[in-house]
Amino acid sequence: MNGVHDLGGMHGFGPVEREEHEPPFHGHWEAVVVAINNASRAQRVFNIDEFRHGIERMDPVHYLDSPYFEHWLDGITRLYIEKGVVDADELARRFAFFKERPEAPALAAVTGSLPPPGARPPGARGAVRTSDATPRFAPGDPVYTRASGPAGHTRLPRYARGKRGSVHACHGIHVFPDTNAHGRGEQPQPLYSVRFEARALWGEDAEPNQRLYLDLWESYLLPAEEAR
Amino acid sequence: MSKNHPNVDPYIVSRVRALESLLLEKGILDPEAVDRVIRQYENDTGPLIGARAVARAWVDPAYKRRLLEDSTAALAELGLDYDMLRVVENTPDVHNVVVCTLCSCYPWAVLGLPPTWYKAPAYRARAVIEPRAVLREFGLEVGAERELRVWDSSAELRYMVLPLRPTGSERLSEDALTPLISRDALIGVAEVSLPATVA
Repeated sequence: MNGVHDLGGMHGFGPVEREEHEPPFHGHWEAVVVAINNASRAQRVFNIDEFRHGIERMDPVHYLDSPYFEHWLDGITRLYIEKGVVDADELARRFAFFKERPEAPALAAVTGSLPPPGARPPGARGAVRTSDATPRFAPGDPVYTRASGPAGHTRLPRYARGKRGSVHACHGIHVFPDTNAHGRGEQPQPLYSVRFEARALWGEDAEPNQRLYLDLWESYLLPAEEAR
Repeated sequence: MSKNHPNVDPYIVSRVRALESLLLEKGILDPEAVDRVIRQYENDTGPLIGARAVARAWVDPAYKRRLLEDSTAALAELGLDYDMLRVVENTPDVHNVVVCTLCSCYPWAVLGLPPTWYKAPAYRARAVIEPRAVLREFGLEVGAERELRVWDSSAELRYMVLPLRPTGSERLSEDALTPLISRDALIGVAEVSLPATVA
């Protein structure tokens, strides 16, 4: 989707602000969000691509003005409700409870006894799959990226659409995020490292002697001769 | 800036606790899980494994080759099971820098938690279009004669930079080199330099 998350190449954000001696977490809640994500992925409540697409659908104004782990919280909460694991009204009641009782421990709102954690399936799988598919492109091949941007999840950034590059390497066969984020299966396909000259991306304003590398799935790419 | 100190935002905290309590009740979240996460990222990881791998690559050319060509095997030698890493090498002619414009992909397993600036819009927007200007803000000048390679982590691979070994460090051991290698150098926004007392 042409979403607010797709930030590459935008102007106007000002300097990169750094924090000296930054702690791992800025508040206990950030660690809770990480723990929730770990548990959810390990139990396959959602996959990595659904997770990213959950974040991408945040309100765009809020996205830019919220801390990073709130992006996670927002996306994870959206997925839990969409998948019917958490009821939106129940969640709203819990929110109201803790808003009134900020010091209450998380278990304070739980009525009844806590069930033991269920037996966990093995942790979430990585993205590499085996396949006898033959990669269409080889290192050195000139390619164009597709110009279109689907309304759903995709990992081809806006700044690199409809651009000419060349294949740097093939990374093997990887799960395809554009389908895996939408419950349409993994549909694994070859993944390539593609090199772009900065001038091909940014035109005359590009900084000198710069190249950019993106990891792109085969269906994002067209042979250079076909794109003409 | 309030967004850098989100721990004081009661709205967010209440949202987190609401979800946390429901997932505890459903048995999805183990009551010990949060403490484990805190222990893991406050004590166990950090840029240490990435720095150790780089230091070993500097003193052992065969290890360096493995790190660049088969990072999974190279990291396994350090006790880490991680098959997603690609290591890109700085040379006198090439400087590398890593970003994720679409989210904030980062090699947590070797570098620990990403700094806030890495996840913030300014870095994600600018690192691809004006990387030299961004690096200058970090105090790193990359001349036009040196090729600058930007790696935008758009898939499930994670990138780490193998920085240049500082001149004058030839006699230092792997153990002495490791603490000199900062997280920022492994992202590519800094070089590694010798402390004045060693140089």
